[in-house]
This record gives sequence, structure tokens and C-alpha cells, in this order.
Amino acid sequence: MGKLKQHGFIIAAGLVVGVIAAVLAFLGNPVNMGFCIACFLRDIAGAVGLHRAAVVQYIRPEIIGLVLGAMVMALAEKEFNVRGGSSPMARFTLGFCVMVGALMFLGCPLRMVLRIGGGDLNAVVGLVGFAAGIFCGTLFLKGGFTLKKSNPQPVAEGLLLPVMMVGLLVLLLAAPAFLFFSTEGPGSMAAPVAAALIAGLVVGALAQKTRLCMVGGIRDAILFRDFHLLLGFVAILVAVLVGNLILGNPVNFSFEGQAVAHTDGLWNFLGMLLVGLASVLLGGCPLRQLILAGSGSSDSAVAVIGMIVGAAFCHNFGLASSADGTTAAGRIAVILCLVVTAAIGGANLKSQKA
Amino acid sequence: MNQIDARGYSCPEPVLMTKNALKKGLPLQVLVDSMTPVQNITRFATNAGYQVDCKSVGEDYELTITK
Repeated sequence: MGKLKQHGFIIAAGLVVGVIAAVLAFLGNPVNMGFCIACFLRDIAGAVGLHRAAVVQYIRPEIIGLVLGAMVMALAEKEFNVRGGSSPMARFTLGFCVMVGALMFLGCPLRMVLRIGGGDLNAVVGLVGFAAGIFCGTLFLKGGFTLKKSNPQPVAEGLLLPVMMVGLLVLLLAAPAFLFFSTEGPGSMAAPVAAALIAGLVVGALAQKTRLCMVGGIRDAILFRDFHLLLGFVAILVAVLVGNLILGNPVNFSFEGQAVAHTDGLWNFLGMLLVGLASVLLGGCPLRQLILAGSGSSDSAVAVIGMIVGAAFCHNFGLASSADGTTAAGRIAVILCLVVTAAIGGANLKSQKA
Repeated sequence: MNQIDARGYSCPEPVLMTKNALKKGLPLQVLVDSMTPVQNITRFATNAGYQVDCKSVGEDYELTITK
């Protein structure tokens, strides 16, 4: 099989994702936030009142599109496979921990790449932490870490999260008064609903088809010297940088003055280390969890709910960072979540696998 | 025949299981339940110089790895 044939599709998908991200930022999303799974789940948690941080509340159509786009592609490819029951509480808790780390850094791994493509050098520090966390995760995997088998489940198990997404779309379009929508801050900055929804659908379908995963790229490079998924990661970076330059989005290579970011290097490093480690144990980055949840995995759906609850905690208890910097409570939470994640890793080691 | 059942395990466990099982002898038969591990195992084994045959068995996939 030719190299281009083997890797061409994931490179193309990465390029498309990067361009779409640049376009979404151009159309109104916050800077370097064309996509951010962590930020957008956090905004959704706020919109339905799970937290009351007034500047980050909005039902992000991108998330709805990602899940439903993945579902359509999975159905079309006959890959909609309803599975679940692989350590749901561990997955919920790991999802929670991923969110605590991501909101320390201010972005999921995908936004980390987008931030680098916008010149944000703090995200390079985050990337180093992310890679370190993934390396730690591979040590657990080599030690026999497993969350055990998933098993076939009734179809409803696989449909519930996508149905919830349809419900969120109805709420977004109806905009009843009991919802919370930011009137200032990042939550008020958004591309038009139709553009955001279509962007999500396209990226969801592409990510389902190509298995695009920010964690998987570095993980497979470490474990198997397999650089396939990493090519997608690099393609996103290149495309968003070029896209930003063409569209006139801000691209300043510096630590200071970056949008929705802070300059606390140690905690950018540790936050993303937590995201990397917990994501390896989950089997994929936050984007991949959404895609798998759309493809019938109730285990990933549980991880997504864990992330949403984690986001609510982060903003109810002042754990999330802001452009002003990190918080003491957030730093304590990251340390606690690192301990919890390592404990879940250690508790699920198995020396001999079948 | 060396056989493993990797159905239901999340990424990248099926590939790690395959990697370990390959040390125990060929041919190796790996059972998985979705296309993602089929592609991951095929990519891993092909890169490592093995031949991989894949066939559907009901809702599952059976990979046979030979030199």
C-alpha cells in the first residue's frame, strides 16, 4: 500500500479541520477557539445552568454537530456499534479529571493545537506537558492497564447521547428564557448557528472516518513508532496557521497578550499533563470521546457526561483559569485529579492479559 | 493456532495484545469487534513486516497474521 494512499485521507482530514477552525474563529468564535471540546462542553454546562459563570454560557452547535456527524458517518459505514459497560465510573471520573486539567490550561488538545497555530507559545508549553502525560499513560498501558471489555448493549444505550444533542439543538433554536446565554465574554462570541452546526457535522464525519485523535497520535508514536494519527495532528496545525494568516485572524508568536489564555507555564504544563494522562487511560482525546459517543459507545458517552460535570464543578468552585491566571483552588484540584488518575491507572493494572 | 480475543477492548489495547501475542508464535488469529482495531492492527502488523488477512465473522472480524 502506498504511503499516500495509507496516510492521505487523515492528512486531508486534518487540513480540513484546521481550515474550518480558522473559519469559525473568523466568523465569530473566540480567538484560537474554532473548536475546543472542553470550552464548548463547559459553555453547554453553563447554558443549562449547571454553573453560573455568566461569561461562558452558550449551547455550542459545534458539539451537537460533532456527535451527529459522527453518528451519520458511522451509520453510513455500518460501524454504528452499540457497546458499553467497560468501567463506566472510572470513565466518568477520568472525564471529570480531563476537564479539570483542560480548564487549568484553557483548552482541550484540539484547542492546544489551534492556539499554537495562532502563535500562542503558552500552548507549546502545554504541548510538552501533554506529551509527558501521554508518555506516563503509555507506561500504564505497557504495565497492562485496562478498563476491561465493553459488551454489546441495547440500541437505546447508543442513541441516548445523540438524542440529547438533538434536544440541545431544539433548546438552542427555541432559546427559552430559562436558559443562560452569555451577553459578554467568550460565551457571547460565536459563529452563526448554521455555520457552526455544519462545521461540527463535517468535522464529526471526517473524524469518525479517519479516527482522528490528538492523544492517539503521540501515543501510537511512542508505543508503536506509528505516526499515522500524528500526521492528522500536524496537518491541523499547518492548516490553521495558514488559514489564520489568509483570513487575517491574529497570529502573534508570543507568551503575552494571547486570547483566552494565561502565561503560568508550570500550570499550563501540569494541566495538559493531566489531560494527556487521563485521555490515554480513556482511550482517546475529548474530541475522540465525542466521536465514539456518536458511534454507539455508551462508555464514551459516560466520559462526555463526566467532562460536563467536571466543567460545572470547575466554574462553581473557581477551579478554572481565566486570562487573569490560575486559581489556588484550581491548582489544588489539578494535583488531586493527578493523584486520582494515577490511582485509577494503578488499580486497573493487570500483569497478564488474555 | 495462536489465538486472542480482543473484542470489546478500547484503543490501543487490541494492538498491544497483538504485539504481545506475536511473540508466542505464528500464525496468530485475532478476533475484534469493530473496524478501528482492524485498521490499527493491520497497520501495526504490516509495518512490522507481517501479512494480514481479514474476514467478517458475524458481527466480528477475524484477522489472521502470518509472516
